Amino acid sequence: MREEAATEAGWVAPELREEFPGLALRYLSVDGGSARTPRHVKGRLADLSNRFSGPQAINLRHQPIPWAYRVFYRHIGLDPDEQPTPVEAVALERMKRGGFISRSLLDDALTIAIIESGVALRAFDAGRAEGRLGIRQSEPGEGLEGRPGELPQGTLVIADEARPLGLLFGAIAAGRGVRPRTTRTILTAVQVKGVPDIAVEEAIWLAADVLRS
Amino acid sequence: MPEEVLEIEAGDSSLQPIEALDALLGGAGRVDLLTERRARHDLRRQIALLERRLGELFASAFPRQGIDWRVGALGGPRVLGVAELERVRDALATRLHEARAEVGRRGEIEAQNRGMVEAMIAEPKRYRWVLVSNEDVGEPGCRHWHSRPRWGILGMLMGWWRVKLSSGCPLARGLRLLQTGTWPAKRDTLRPPQSIVSLTLA
Repeated sequence: MREEAATEAGWVAPELREEFPGLALRYLSVDGGSARTPRHVKGRLADLSNRFSGPQAINLRHQPIPWAYRVFYRHIGLDPDEQPTPVEAVALERMKRGGFISRSLLDDALTIAIIESGVALRAFDAGRAEGRLGIRQSEPGEGLEGRPGELPQGTLVIADEARPLGLLFGAIAAGRGVRPRTTRTILTAVQVKGVPDIAVEEAIWLAADVLRS
Repeated sequence: MPEEVLEIEAGDSSLQPIEALDALLGGAGRVDLLTERRARHDLRRQIALLERRLGELFASAFPRQGIDWRVGALGGPRVLGVAELERVRDALATRLHEARAEVGRRGEIEAQNRGMVEAMIAEPKRYRWVLVSNEDVGEPGCRHWHSRPRWGILGMLMGWWRVKLSSGCPLARGLRLLQTGTWPAKRDTLRPPQSIVSLTLA
C-alpha cells in the first residue's frame, strides 16, 4: 500500500501573520505533472456539473468559505466582482459554459477540489521551487518572472526561499507553473480567516487523489 | 459555521463607533503603530460585515439583473492602510445603500405589476394587449401573461378577451452557438422591470 505524505505548513511572513490572523499556506508535493484526463475523471466532472446549478452559484456568497475569501479579497485591495475568487471563477465558468469543461488532469483536479471544498488552490512545478513555500510581501526591485517591470513593493506573493512564484490570488511566474515536462507538482492551498483547517486539508487531498487516479 | 465567522458577527457592534474611530485617528496626530493596527482590524471587521450584508442582498435580489454590485479594487494584493480600508468600507456601504434602494424601487414596481396581473385576470377586456412577464414581477423564468382576444379578429370584434398564460423558456441551443458567438441576444436581457400599470394608463 502506498504511504501517503502529509501536507506541509508553509511559512507566513511575521508582519502578515500579525496583520492577517488566519492567513496560512498549506501544500503537498505529489508525483507527476498534468496529463490527459482519464474517462472516469471526466465522468466525475460531468456529475459535478449536474449537481452544481444556478441557485448554488447565486448562494455561494452566503456560504462561509466563499464569503471568507471575498472578505479577504476586499482586505487586500481586490474586488471579488472584478477578479472572482477561485471558487466563484469556477462557478461562473460552469454557468457560462453549461458545465465544467475538462481541460487537463491537473486543471480538472483543481476544479473538482475547489468546487467541492470552496478552498483556493494553485499548483506549481516542484522541480522549479527551492525550499519551503510561503506568503510574504515583495521586496524593492523584485519582479515576477515573465512579467515586465518590478512588482510594487509590498505586493503579496507566494514565494519559495529564493523568489516569488506567483501573486497571491493572481498570475504565476513564467516557468513556475506546471508544464508538460513537470515530474512533480506542488498543490498549494491559501487559507484565510474563516476557512477551517479541515476544509484546506480536504481540498488538497481531493486534488491529490484526482491527480493520482 | 467557523468560529471566526461567529467572531466577526460578534463584532457587529463595531459598526457604530466609526466616528469615534475616525476622531481617534485623525485628531491626535500621534497615532502609534498599535492603535493603527487596531484600527485596521476594526475596519476589516466592518468590511466583513458589509460584505455579508451585500451578499445577502445579492442573493435576495436574484433574478433581478442590471444592479451594479461592484465596489472597485484599490490595486492589490497588498496590505491596505487605514485610509484605504476606510475607502473600501465607505465604498461598500455606499454600494449596499444604493443596491438596497434599487431593489426596493424595483420591488414596488413588481408589486404594482403583480396587482396588474390579478386585475388583468379578473377583467381581461380592460387590459387589451397588455403583456406582463415574469421579469416584470421579479420572478425567474420566461412565463408571461398576455391579454388577447379569443378567436383572433372575431374575438376582438365581439369583445371576447382573455388572459393567456405562456410558460417555459426556449429550449437549450447547445454550446456551439455560444462558442461561435452567433447566439442571438436574449430579448429584454438586462432590462429593468417596467411599471406595466403606468405604461397601460399612459
